[in-house]
Amino acid sequence: MKLTKLLAAGVFTVVLGALSAPAPAQASEAGPTPPSVNWSFSGPFGKFDPQQLQRGFKVYREVCAACHSLKYVAFRNLAEPGGPLFTEGQVKALAAEYKVQDGPNDAGEMFERPGRPADHWPSPFPNDNAAAAANGGKAPPDLSLMAKARTYERGFPTFVFDMFTQFAEQGPDYIHALLTGYVEKPKDFNLPAGGTYNKYFPGHVIAMPKPINDGQVDYKGPDGKPQAPETVDQYAKDVSAFLMWTAEPKMEARKALGFRAIIFLVLLAGLTYFAKKRIWKKLPDPV
Amino acid sequence: MEGHSVYVPKSGFTKWLEARLPIISLTHSSAVAYPVPRNLNYFWTFGAILTMMLVVQIVTGVVLAMHYVPNAKLAFASVESIMRDVNFGWLLRYMHANGASMFFIAVYVHIFRGMYYGSYKAPREVLWILGVIIFLLMMATAFMGYVLPWGQMSFWGATVITNLFSAFDEIIPGVGTWIVTLLWGGFAVDNPTLNRFFALHYLLPFMLAGVVGLHIWALHHVGQNNPTGVEVKNIRKDTVPFTPYATVKDAVGVVFFLILFAWFLFYIPNFMGHADNYIEANPSVTPAHIVPEWYFLPFYAILRAIPSKLGGVLAMFSAVLILAFLPWLDTSKVRSGNYRPVFRVFFWLFVATCVVLGWLGAKPAEGGYTLAAQVLTVFYFSYFLIILPLLGLFETPRQLPGSIAEAVLAKKAKSAAPADASVNG
Repeated sequence: MKLTKLLAAGVFTVVLGALSAPAPAQASEAGPTPPSVNWSFSGPFGKFDPQQLQRGFKVYREVCAACHSLKYVAFRNLAEPGGPLFTEGQVKALAAEYKVQDGPNDAGEMFERPGRPADHWPSPFPNDNAAAAANGGKAPPDLSLMAKARTYERGFPTFVFDMFTQFAEQGPDYIHALLTGYVEKPKDFNLPAGGTYNKYFPGHVIAMPKPINDGQVDYKGPDGKPQAPETVDQYAKDVSAFLMWTAEPKMEARKALGFRAIIFLVLLAGLTYFAKKRIWKKLPDPV
Repeated sequence: MEGHSVYVPKSGFTKWLEARLPIISLTHSSAVAYPVPRNLNYFWTFGAILTMMLVVQIVTGVVLAMHYVPNAKLAFASVESIMRDVNFGWLLRYMHANGASMFFIAVYVHIFRGMYYGSYKAPREVLWILGVIIFLLMMATAFMGYVLPWGQMSFWGATVITNLFSAFDEIIPGVGTWIVTLLWGGFAVDNPTLNRFFALHYLLPFMLAGVVGLHIWALHHVGQNNPTGVEVKNIRKDTVPFTPYATVKDAVGVVFFLILFAWFLFYIPNFMGHADNYIEANPSVTPAHIVPEWYFLPFYAILRAIPSKLGGVLAMFSAVLILAFLPWLDTSKVRSGNYRPVFRVFFWLFVATCVVLGWLGAKPAEGGYTLAAQVLTVFYFSYFLIILPLLGLFETPRQLPGSIAEAVLAKKAKSAAPADASVNG
């Protein structure tokens, strides 16, 4: 009897939260729903695949980095747990390949020096205005948070189920869909000059031309064989996974701590509940 | 209210302290001996849950403030640095952001519980009004807190909501503009706005804690309502001492609520948020849809349901403020919805209305959505202004139990012999 009431209170709370939570805001002329990719990092025990993150990093570095900054990511992050797991040495060597502006020195001059692991990823343009000027008037967005900054409408009742299935991969699904969404435009579609047709971009007209093609990024391992298919689909998956990591670098630590916290709380809830039952059982009738 | 036991100092030190500051006996009388109706259900644990959430928000908030930079050029990056570089910064920030949502889930359950069981009726009017003030302070605090990360939705939400006050120009010209300029600290949402919102976001929770103190004081003075709505008649028969009975029951409620909190915090921390708020504020780019946080959506739907701006703003504020008049709008002598068969139907319709208004608040204000929001807005206000006043006059309530003890015994007899009851019935 008491347990049913407790459950009722719990269910009521969850339902109230569920129904009052909004579907994410989205442009009204959004494209079709991005296909769901089977990510290694989804679900309560999801983990990033370091090999995939390393490949995604390669795609970012060789393709995206020409125009898109990644300003919240530091070189040192690439060696941290829960990420692409490059070695400290690799990170040092990688950072040193870049020139970073520092200063002013004792003479008051700004100077360039080789990058260090503590430096953040150098941006391709000195500022947003320069980025906009070089890209037809609009600066290419920073990619650090892209996997959390983009979404698509899940709709009712899907967004309610998402709470129970812990679905939180709209962002990478959308990025993957966008990168594979450069298809032939429909005959009657009026494409403005300077725009490219994309199946999944809201409004379908995207300023970014098709960024990547099959075979463009070399996935060959030390044995000379590709470690993953060198296709746009695979590149898109890898770079989306990489961007999920840049957006949420502490995800593995979060889920691991969450598992322990939930186990602890469930045990505590059981103990507290039985303590409560025991205490109330001894209460004499009100006669 | 008289307690179950009286604290008597025994040791030399407690006798000495008690003679100078009776803090131990105060704690004893309000947290140990305080008489609690013995028939409270788990909906009564939300007071404890809310107290815990306030503490969680203040503790995480103070630590976050040690790392956050309230500057329009640095705020967004400082939040990212909390997420990436501060030890367990991601935990603190997600706890604070999801904690706000949990706080509102709990407060809505708490308010609806009060509405169902008639907890606002005499002698609990002041207790109830203090609750409405707490709710208002919570809304102000949450709104300003959402501005601090300085994302797109922070910025544009702040722009839309602060601009609402300009509607008061239609009543007294210049007043609305004056309020808006004061809120902004200039002529647009910018760095001064962020700075004052940060200062107020830090200040209001402490005012909130003060009013919570009054709320609990008022509660302990008049005593708790209970599911029968019948006042305590005999402390020995009708109540139990707060400790251990209510303490352990509150603990059960709190721990179960923490499981829900942990689920969101650790696994879907961005579920309640908006993707747009991971884009840094940009005054020259407007998001496709500007939507407030979920807990404001029913009121946002009411705002947009009224075609005139001033009318919408007044309706939105009235929707909250009308709660303060509830003790006098409900004319029924019977408190608990358990004994009011017609009220019960309208109550659940009202709950459904609030939920659907919340859903409509997230939808674009066009066509059928606006029409639905208008119909539900009319029902929302009718519930307070027409249904509750009339229902008390025409409804025939069911027979109330003679006392809490009687209700407890009757329930016990019923659950002890369900087979007999079905044979006889």
